Amino acid sequence: MSWVIAIAIIVLGVVLTLIRAMLGPTAADRMVAVDSMTTITTALLVLLALYFKRYIYLDIALVYAVLAFVATLAVARYMEGGL
Amino acid sequence: MSSLILVVSAILVIFMIVGAVVTIHARDLLVAIIASAIVDLVLAVLFYILQAPDVAITQASIMGGLTTAIFLVVIKKTERYEQ
Amino acid sequence: MLNAIGWFLIYFGAFFLFLGALGIMRFPDVFNRLQAGTKCTTLGALSTSIGVGLLHPAWLPKTFIIALFILLTNPISSHALGRASYRSGVKLWEKSVVDKCKEFKECVEEENE
Repeated sequence: MSWVIAIAIIVLGVVLTLIRAMLGPTAADRMVAVDSMTTITTALLVLLALYFKRYIYLDIALVYAVLAFVATLAVARYMEGGL
Repeated sequence: MSSLILVVSAILVIFMIVGAVVTIHARDLLVAIIASAIVDLVLAVLFYILQAPDVAITQASIMGGLTTAIFLVVIKKTERYEQ
Repeated sequence: MLNAIGWFLIYFGAFFLFLGALGIMRFPDVFNRLQAGTKCTTLGALSTSIGVGLLHPAWLPKTFIIALFILLTNPISSHALGRASYRSGVKLWEKSVVDKCKEFKECVEEENE
């Protein structure tokens, strides 16, 4: 029963970063918030795999971390003027 | 399905709706791309919570990573601000 | 014993993830937010995944791979975002006291373009 508090704290963190991503003034603010949101969500997915007791759910966390990294790098290259 | 998972799903659905509204109303198209990436990443977490891991992997890889990069190439070729 | 260490690591990581999100919400500038958002979340995600691996020792290799990947990719993405936002003309906060990147030739040339 002690996973409830941990999951609640991490979901509160996801909510705070999503609020900043919705009302950030510039595009760079939103992208920083999305980058932190994906890292926090990776930890949330690992913890939810503990809750559902399925070994296969850890793969989703790995794929999520990889692909969010690709999206962040693409946006950074675009803002720099490259791509 | 316990009540904690239900509350988490409700919070994520509310943020998906807000992200879709931001995507429609943004004048800067980079902001619209980031908001649609937020919608896709949160939808991947929602598929995970509803216990469909294969759909979650496909959503995170195709919509989260690839579609964002393709949209960035498109606004690199055309123009960033909507008049 | 292993169980207690695992739960301690999970709560430690959750607390640091919340602190990073609070920094993202409250700080005034892009670079301050980048600082808070990347260091706290790297430590928190690392600690949480290692803690879950310690609770189920059969899961330990895959959670170790996840932690290693976060440790490799998170500094790269934050570095790319910081450089891109500096070169794309994002202003610093008005109470900032030092701007070291202006002294190097690379950043100044990019600003003059």
